[in-house]
Amino acid sequence: MSQRLDVDVAIIGGGLVGSSAALALRGMGLSVALLDKGFCGAQASGVNYGGVRRQGRPRKQLPLSQRAHAVWPRLAALIGIDGEFIRSGHLKLARGEAEMAALEAYAADVADLDLGLELIGHNDLRERFPWIEGDITGASLCAGDGHANPRLVSAGFASAARRAGAHVLENTAVTGATRNGTGFAIEAGEGTAIRAAALVNSAGAWAGPFAESFGEPVPVSRIYPSMVVTEPLAPIMTVNTGMEGRGIYARQVERGNCVVGGERGLPLPDADFSRPTGDGALAIMNRAAGLFPAMRHAQAIRFWTGTEAAMPDGNPVIGPSGTTPGLFHAFGFTGAGFQIAPGVGEVLAELVRDGATPTPIEALSIARFAKPSSTSDRTADGSGAARPSEPQHRGNLS
Amino acid sequence: MTGRAQPLIVGAGPAGIRAAQALVAVGLRPLVVDEAPACGGQIYRQRPVPDGRSAKSLYGSEAGKAQALHGAFHALAGHIDYWPQALLWNLRDGDADIAVAGENRRVAYDGLILATGATDRILPVPGWTLPGVFTLGGSQVALKAQGCAIGSRVVFAGTGPLLYLVAWQYMKAGVEVAAVLDAAPFSAKFAMLRGLPLFPAIVLRGMRFVAELKLRGVALHSGVGGVRIEGTREVSGVAWRSGGREHRIACDGVGYGLTLRSETQASDLAGCTFRFDERDRAWLPQRDAAGRSSVAGVYLAGDGAGIAGADAAERAGERAALALCEDRGLPVSPERAARLERELARIDRFRDVLEAAFPFPAHWAGGIADDTLLCRCEEISAGEAREAMGRYGIVELNRLKAVSRVGMGRCQGRICGGAAAELLAAETGQGIGSVGRLRSQAPLKPVPLVLQPAVRDRETAA
Repeated sequence: MSQRLDVDVAIIGGGLVGSSAALALRGMGLSVALLDKGFCGAQASGVNYGGVRRQGRPRKQLPLSQRAHAVWPRLAALIGIDGEFIRSGHLKLARGEAEMAALEAYAADVADLDLGLELIGHNDLRERFPWIEGDITGASLCAGDGHANPRLVSAGFASAARRAGAHVLENTAVTGATRNGTGFAIEAGEGTAIRAAALVNSAGAWAGPFAESFGEPVPVSRIYPSMVVTEPLAPIMTVNTGMEGRGIYARQVERGNCVVGGERGLPLPDADFSRPTGDGALAIMNRAAGLFPAMRHAQAIRFWTGTEAAMPDGNPVIGPSGTTPGLFHAFGFTGAGFQIAPGVGEVLAELVRDGATPTPIEALSIARFAKPSSTSDRTADGSGAARPSEPQHRGNLS
Repeated sequence: MTGRAQPLIVGAGPAGIRAAQALVAVGLRPLVVDEAPACGGQIYRQRPVPDGRSAKSLYGSEAGKAQALHGAFHALAGHIDYWPQALLWNLRDGDADIAVAGENRRVAYDGLILATGATDRILPVPGWTLPGVFTLGGSQVALKAQGCAIGSRVVFAGTGPLLYLVAWQYMKAGVEVAAVLDAAPFSAKFAMLRGLPLFPAIVLRGMRFVAELKLRGVALHSGVGGVRIEGTREVSGVAWRSGGREHRIACDGVGYGLTLRSETQASDLAGCTFRFDERDRAWLPQRDAAGRSSVAGVYLAGDGAGIAGADAAERAGERAALALCEDRGLPVSPERAARLERELARIDRFRDVLEAAFPFPAHWAGGIADDTLLCRCEEISAGEAREAMGRYGIVELNRLKAVSRVGMGRCQGRICGGAAAELLAAETGQGIGSVGRLRSQAPLKPVPLVLQPAVRDRETAA
C-alpha cells in the first residue's frame, strides 16, 4: 500500500487538537494530511471525562480557553453535530475553609478575564443544589461552562476534516519525520511517504519522541484518568461538578447516566492501553454515593480510562518549535485538554499560515523545558521517531 | 496450603464442578465463585425451592449427569470454599474483585480456572424485545428452574440443537407448541448422519425429538427467513418466509436463539490472548488441548472458551484442573489426562457436524431493518448504527461503540455485540473476523455503587 502525498501541512495525531487544526487549515484553503497510528479520537480526546470547563484553569491557559469557549456553541455549524454539548454551568465545591479560600483567591485572580464566576455560601448552596450532600463549605459557579460527549466531539472533528478535504490516514503510524530543504519528509504506515511544508506534532502521549527527534526533549509522562458510569437515572445533577483539590468530579448526561471521575487507572502490558483499578473504581463509587445521595442505590455499569499526556507543570506545550522552522507542537494537556482543544486547533492553523496568532500562548512554549546551555544553534534532522514511547513515571498531578 | 494462595474457580457449572473435584483430589482447596444460588450452571440449573418434580422430569435424558454433578459438588463441602450468588467483576494481576451480598471481597488467587459458560446468541429481528419473547436458553430456565412456561401457545424460532430440545421439553410439559421455525435449510440436517459414528445416541435422540414433535402435529419449518415477531404491547404472533411463501401464526410466547456464544469477558480481563474462531464466528481466548491460556496460571474450561456443550465442559474442567496440578508439580495421571483430551477431540469433531446441521444465518445481519432495535440497553436501532458507521467512516467495532453507544449499556455488549459485529461486517463488506472485538472492562456486570470493602479475611483463611 504505497502512496505519496504532497501537502501544505502534515499533522501527527488525530485527536481533538490535530483534527480541529486540520479542519481550520482546510478552512484556510491549505492542503492537509492528518495521520493517526490508530483511529482518530480513540485516545485521550475520546476517552476523557467530557468536562467543558474554564473555571480552575491556570491563568496562562485562560486566553486560549476563552477562545475555545466561543467555539463550543458553534459545533453543529462547524462539524455537523452538537456533540451533546450542554452549557450547564460548572460548580466547584469546597470542603473546608482552606478550600473555600482557594476558590475565592482564584475568583479574585481571574476577575479581569470575564469568566463570570459566582461564589456561593453554604446555605445558598443547600438551597440551590439540594442534591449535593456532604460537608460542603461553599462553592464557585461558572455558569458559562458545561460538558459534552468526548466520544462524539473528537470523532466529529475528524470526520468534518475528512469531509472538508483533509487526507485522514488512520492506522498509519508515523515512523520517521525529518526536516529537509523545503519542508518535511514523513514516512508512515506501510509505504506512505508525505512531503509537507509544515508539520504539527499533536501526538498526545506519543508526542515526546517526535519532539526529541527534532532536538527538543520534553518531560512528557502519562496519566490514566479513570471514570465510573452509572445506569441511566432520573435527573439529579443540574451542573457539571468538581471538587477543589480534586478527589471527585461528576456530571449527568442527557440520557441519565452519571459519569464520575477522580482516580487514575494503570497501563496494561501494552502501555497504549490502560484499565481502571478495582480500588480506584471503588473509591470513586463510594465518594459519589457520599456526595450525591440520589445515586446511592444506582448500579455502576461501566468504567473507562484512557492514556493522556501530562507535563510536570500541568500546562500543555503549544507553539512553534524552538529548533525547527515550520514545526509546531501542541500536546501535554495533562487531563484538561478537552475544552481548550478546539481553540488550540484554530491557533495552530494561524501559526502555520501566518507564523503568529493573536491569542497569547508564549507562556506555553516548549522553550520552558529547554536546557539552559544545551545544543546551541543545531537544527536536528529528526530521526528515531518510530521508537516506542515508553510510559514514563506515573503522573502525580491531581 | 503453606504460603500459596487458593486457586480460584469461576463458575459452578459442569466445568467448574469437575475442576473443583480434581483439585480437591490432590489436596488443594479451591475457592469456587458462582453467580447462581446453587451449583449446576445453566444446563443443570437447580430449582430455587423443591417443587415435587423429579430429576427425570427436569433434566430428561441428562438426569443422571445432573444428579452426578450435583452430588459430586455437595461431596466437596468442607474441602472447598464456595461463594454462591457472587459476582466476579474485576481481575487484575492475580487479584479478583468479587461482589457478594453488597460487599466487595478482594481475593488474591494462585491459579485461575475460568468456567464462565455461555449465553444465547441472537440477531435482532423485528419485535425481539416485545414482552413474551425469550431466548431459547431463557425459555428452558423458566421451565426448569421456575416451573413455568413462557406462554400458553409458543413458537420456537432460530437454529441450533437447543431449538428442538426446548420445543420438545415444552411439549412434554404440556404446553402447546405452535411451530418450530429453523433458519437452517432442511438439507443441512443430513450433516447429522456424519455424526452417527461419533455419537449415535445424541444423533438418535435429536431425531426422536423431531419425530415426536411431528407426531403430535407440531408444524416444523426449515429454511425460514424474514422472521418478524408481531404484537404491540406483547407477542401476538410470528410471521416468516419459507418455501417461497409468507406465513403467519398466532402465539403468546416466542423462544428465539441462534445457538450459543461464549462468555469471554473474564478471560479478557485476565489478559488472555484472543484468536478469531471461524466456527463460532467469535473471538475466543486461546487455549491448548489441556486448557492452558496464554497467561501462566490461567486455565480455560467449558463453553466460556468456545462452544462445545456440557459433556465437553465436564471433561475440559477436569483437564484444566489437571493442567494446574501439572504446572504446580503435583501428581497427575498422564493416562487420565490423555483420555480426557481424546474425548474432547472427539466432541470437537462432533461440533463440526452440529455447525453444519445448524449453521448460523449470518446473512440475516445485512437485512436487519433500520427500525429494528440493535442494542436494547441503549435503545439504538440498526438504522442509527448504520447512520453512525456512515457519518464517522467506522470500520471497527470499538469505534462503532464509541460513536453510537451500541454495546455501552448494562449488558456491555454481551447480548448485542455479536449482532453489531455482524452488522458492521455486512455494511462494510469486511469479513466478520476483520471488524475487531469489543474490549472488556470491569465491571463485567453491573455492580452496586455502594460496595463496601469486606474485612480482608481471605489471606488469613488461605
